[in-house]
Amino acid sequence: MSEGQDKSAFEQRLQAAEDAVTGPVRESSAKQAGAAQRAIGLAMRLGIELVAAMVIAVVIGWGLDRLFHTKPWLMILMVPVGMAAGIRNLVRASGKPDK
Amino acid sequence: MAAESIDALGQFRLTTGLGPIGRALNFTNSNEAMLGAAIVIVGIFALGLKPRALVPGRMQSLVELLYEFVRNMCVDTIGEEGLRYFPLVFTLFAFILLGNLIGLFPYFFAFTSHIAVTLALALFVFIFSTGVGFYTHGFRFFKFFVPSGVPGWLLPLLVPIEIISYLSRPVSLSVRLFANMTAGHVMWEVFAGFMLLLTASLGIYGAFASVVPLGLNVALAALELLVAGLQAYVFAILTCLYLHDAVHMH
Repeated sequence: MSEGQDKSAFEQRLQAAEDAVTGPVRESSAKQAGAAQRAIGLAMRLGIELVAAMVIAVVIGWGLDRLFHTKPWLMILMVPVGMAAGIRNLVRASGKPDK
Repeated sequence: MAAESIDALGQFRLTTGLGPIGRALNFTNSNEAMLGAAIVIVGIFALGLKPRALVPGRMQSLVELLYEFVRNMCVDTIGEEGLRYFPLVFTLFAFILLGNLIGLFPYFFAFTSHIAVTLALALFVFIFSTGVGFYTHGFRFFKFFVPSGVPGWLLPLLVPIEIISYLSRPVSLSVRLFANMTAGHVMWEVFAGFMLLLTASLGIYGAFASVVPLGLNVALAALELLVAGLQAYVFAILTCLYLHDAVHMH
């Protein structure tokens, strides 16, 4: 018990000493760097998320056309569905919980 | 011109490594780089964890930073259950990161620039996370494709959209890594080719002018270092996200 108190008192003194030396700016700048990294990661994802759904949809439509000999109607039908799925991917990737 | 045209894709050609043994076993230079990445990561860990010091030295804190980075990523994204999948995520992250970084050096092979490699990794993640979903939820996992709070007549439209969105995951996961690595290496090769072309066609003036593409290549090297780390990070965090979807179903 006393060990825990010692430790928290030590943490407080350490924090105070660190703030005195560098100012409390340090943590927020590290946080900003993390946020920037996440943002670049997200930006690199978005374009491909949009295209990938379209590719899958068109491939499925093309395969079904070959199966049922209905060239090219199912493929055309799948294009708007693929676009919608791409937008769905974007909404999901942008990190907002969709419920 | 034709004789000195830039062969930007030649660097991705597979040859055999390890001399005559490699030729007999079809052990390619890509496999060589993979083995190298695995050896380097295991070596760093073996070396870094040897001192077991309370106050870590350089190697040990590198290892600990790497460990805690991936561990926090797992716990933050998947939740407490995420620790169960930590070994998988860490292995993927370390393998891809080392593969990207090794590929940055001249004469080394970037195995992540082959779609066959990245697609195999992405399909493994996709099948594994789907398996985790069915294992934890049974057939109720199919409800993942039925968005809640939607009028019934919209479902025939929305369910195919959800399924396609789900199936597009391995494609976007593999193409992103492959395209980023390939594009960076091609740009390097093209700018380096400019230097040769300038020198060949303009002589001494060309040699001076080729400082420009050289400077661009130096700047590209920094960008590629960023991309190498970032793509490994994106691959790992998406693996975590897919596992989160499989465990929590929303």
